[in-house]
Amino acid sequence: MRADAVIVGAGIVGAACARALARTGMSVVVVDRGAPASATSARGEGNLLVSDKAPGPELDLALLASEHWPRLAAELADELGAAFPAVEYERKGGIVVATTEAGAGPLRDFARGQAEAGVEVRDLAAAEALELEPHLNPEITAAVHYGQDAQIQPVVATEALLASARRAGARVLPHQEVTGALRDATGRVTGVRTASETLHADTVVVAAGPWSGAAAGALGADLPVRPRRGTVLVTARMRQKVFHKVYDGDYFGATQSTDAALQTSSVVESTPGGTVLIGSSRQQIGFDERLSVEVLAAIARKALRLFPFLETTPVIRAYGGFRPYTPDHLPVIGEDHRHPGLWYATGHEGAGIGLAGVTGELIGALVTGAEPPLDPEPFRPSRPSLAAHLAPEGAA
Amino acid sequence: MRHVLVIGAGPAGLAAALAASDAGASVTLLDAGDGLGGQYWRHLPPQRPSRRESRLHHGWAAFERLQGRIGRADAIEVLTEAQVWAIETADAVTAQVLLGPTDAAGREARALTADAIVLAPGAHDRTLPFPGWHLPGVFSAGAAQALAKGERIAVGRRAVVAGAGPFLLPVAQSLTAAGATVLGVFEAARPRALARGWLPKPWKLLGTAHKGRELAGYLAHHLAHRVPYRPGRAVVEARGDGRVEEVVIARLDADWAPVPGTERTLAADAVCVSHGFTPRLELPIAAGCEIGPDRFVRVDPDQRTSVEGVYAAGEITGIGGVDAALVEGRIAGHRAAGGDRSAMGSAPRRARAAAELTRRIEAAHGIRPGWTSWLRDDTVVCRCEEVPYGRLRAVAAATEQRSLRSVKLTTRAGLGICQARMCGRTVESLIGADPSSGADTSDRRPLAAPVRLGDLAGLPTAPDGA
Ligand SMILES: Cc1cc2nc3c(=O)[nH]c(=O)nc-3n(C[C@H](O)[C@H](O)[C@H](O)COP(=O)(O)OP(=O)(O)OC[C@H]3O[C@@H](n4cnc5c(N)ncnc54)[C@H](O)[C@@H]3O)c2cc1C
Ligand SMILES: Cc1cc2nc3c(=O)[nH]c(=O)nc-3n(C[C@H](O)[C@H](O)[C@H](O)COP(=O)(O)OP(=O)(O)OC[C@H]3O[C@@H](n4cnc5c(N)ncnc54)[C@H](O)[C@@H]3O)c2cc1C
Repeated sequence: MRADAVIVGAGIVGAACARALARTGMSVVVVDRGAPASATSARGEGNLLVSDKAPGPELDLALLASEHWPRLAAELADELGAAFPAVEYERKGGIVVATTEAGAGPLRDFARGQAEAGVEVRDLAAAEALELEPHLNPEITAAVHYGQDAQIQPVVATEALLASARRAGARVLPHQEVTGALRDATGRVTGVRTASETLHADTVVVAAGPWSGAAAGALGADLPVRPRRGTVLVTARMRQKVFHKVYDGDYFGATQSTDAALQTSSVVESTPGGTVLIGSSRQQIGFDERLSVEVLAAIARKALRLFPFLETTPVIRAYGGFRPYTPDHLPVIGEDHRHPGLWYATGHEGAGIGLAGVTGELIGALVTGAEPPLDPEPFRPSRPSLAAHLAPEGAA
Repeated sequence: MRHVLVIGAGPAGLAAALAASDAGASVTLLDAGDGLGGQYWRHLPPQRPSRRESRLHHGWAAFERLQGRIGRADAIEVLTEAQVWAIETADAVTAQVLLGPTDAAGREARALTADAIVLAPGAHDRTLPFPGWHLPGVFSAGAAQALAKGERIAVGRRAVVAGAGPFLLPVAQSLTAAGATVLGVFEAARPRALARGWLPKPWKLLGTAHKGRELAGYLAHHLAHRVPYRPGRAVVEARGDGRVEEVVIARLDADWAPVPGTERTLAADAVCVSHGFTPRLELPIAAGCEIGPDRFVRVDPDQRTSVEGVYAAGEITGIGGVDAALVEGRIAGHRAAGGDRSAMGSAPRRARAAAELTRRIEAAHGIRPGWTSWLRDDTVVCRCEEVPYGRLRAVAAATEQRSLRSVKLTTRAGLGICQARMCGRTVESLIGADPSSGADTSDRRPLAAPVRLGDLAGLPTAPDGA
């Protein structure tokens, strides 16, 4: 089989890349070793956040995403019609609260820095916060409102991006693991092999989520993408009592940390289904999927600190997955400088749902040589902060 | 002294606890319910005992014997209202237990380990959807049976029993005993399938003589009460204004597709329907036990699972009725306690016969694919989230999906309070999912029961790095 581009992975990032490339007129094949939309993108939450990002390239990408998602959601709805489930895009806003005196100052400082970088933030007095969230623990010490925080339903979004890509001519091949690369005499990557297919393509994009390191390895390259486990709790349905995304301020410490220890910080929100989602934990324990009671307990305790009324609420489900993270905590988007023809769109850690759409746009622009929607340098595999973690040129 | 933990106090768990104690182990036997006996020996609440209890139950004397011996055994600790809500496998296999009434706040938490664990959580009955099955007056046969046996309440005055399997007969009998008129037992399997399952090698059933007698007793009972037994038929619709007033019965072909033109309407105020059982696999899956292609826990002749020190017995290893559960429990308990294989008497032979019976029940009554043709687009498939069949089909088509995980999250089917216990396997078969790999199945539930956030928060945690 021959295509202009092969995408390895049919999660939300691969789906967004497939759509973007197919809409430029390229022929696109998406290969997944399992079912599409069934791995990490079906095991997390759907927060599109700017609130948790410090000024820098990831925040720039998130700000772009926060403008891009409403357009994308509307396009998808238009294109796929009412019979297709809704992606449930909602710009409901987020409220970050501190629950300790020590936490109040850093939260306000962090918010001030973000405001300078263009984030819509607003300090809330305790009374204001309680007006917006009447069931919030009244003992909060600081609260900040983020108007741009939004959400989508990640699995519907992934399926919608795939359906849209198919309409633009892309093909999706499920249950085919990519096991090796095709290369020409110069070493340029010219396609991939699966157990049953040889797929020729000028562009190969690895969008294999937390398995991107292994997928790159199978293609004769290396990429430092590793799994960081997260667990989420789901409550029984209830009358809506949580109206925004509400987080405790610990979130900032946790996202930027490389510490392998268990970390939790609360993100509590209602879903259109009537359940409350409570996330989440971060743990570097490889691909260990086993349930850990102490993780559940830690998440529960943090959530109760925000919303004491949840004490008697039954949790009906616990699930989770593995965030794909890089040592410098930035996604990798671009061509491998050591392996022409091989591209990456991965490493989005806990933000891949939110950042998928703009990642697709960026890949589309870079592959076709069009004007990129933002400066691509900080995301390229060749960026300085990744150099120490990559095999040197020619060594692979 | 070896310590054996037995989870589930139905026939299998009771027999396991006793056999383990007889073999010299100390035993902890626990059950989420407020009494012993499981699905089979449902009983009246202690505050309303009845002298007729023994007459409402088959084998009540056997239950009283088991319960009595367990009560007298010093080495058996019994915990009722003890819900295993999770199993951890980080170090040893550990059962996380909450003690106290389900709806009570601040239940006591315990983490139990043992030298060996016997899993005996049983099964729940499975009902295939049909138009009108959400109407008040439609019950699963198990629920109807529980009301009739446990509360001595008949679910209606003019009742229809339908579905598939030998256990429809005792349900009809309990309903009659509780005062209902049973208009008929409508068994989906056709006479030829029944013959294939039950008749060709009747001598193989000799090992389960008790079962044979029991079924013969039911059939005699049906004749005596003039309850018609109608194989090859199904309830394909229930109708009524706000509750069941009538049912539509149709003949089925060999694949369980209704034969057009054979519909017949019966006035009825209750419908009790079961099409078999779904084993409760969440605990064995959480413990890491291998599940066979038949989707029961895989065990060897000693009832050992693939996990060292974990045994399984009863309906999680196959649907064979109470006798199978008892003999498997006995073997599991005995071996879990370190008992010698030679000291098990006739149990292994009877276990083999029970396995044969299990196979026959499946051959005769197993669900056939044609049933989906009695669905309509507006038939609700997932009752918790009210997902109709048409929507499920349309979304699976629009997303070109056969993966349960994706379809669940794009339709909400199976995401509700029962966590797909009722509809999971139905949804799988409607979208053509392939649960055989174990990766995409409705059987996996890391939380085996709902737990209050406050109870979770009270559990011990390691120091938090954040
Ligand atoms: C608990 C938790 C909560 C989260 N919450 C949020 C949130 O609120 N907001 C947010 O934006 N993000 C969140 N995330 C992160 C987000 O889920 C991920 O960043 C995102 O899903 C990654 O998408 P992906 O397409 O890169 O990976 P995936 O969805 O994992 O897709 C990768 C695909 O590649 C396939 N694959 C792997 N190897 C091969 C191979 N060799 N050949 C073929 N196919 C292969 C896999 O089968 C898989 O389908 C959360 C994650 C977790 C775990
Ligand atoms: C309507 C109906 C009629 C039947 N009629 C007959 C009949 O006439 N003859 C016959 O032979 N068989 C009959 N059966 C089948 C019989 O009831 C079963 O074969 C038998 O009960 C199986 O025994 P078990 O020990 O495997 O499971 P069960 O009896 O189901 O016991 C399992 C126990 O485990 C407990 N449990 C489950 N999960 C947990 C957990 N996480 N934590 C704590 N406890 C837990 C449950 O509370 C339950 O008490 C009938 C079944 C039904 C539904």
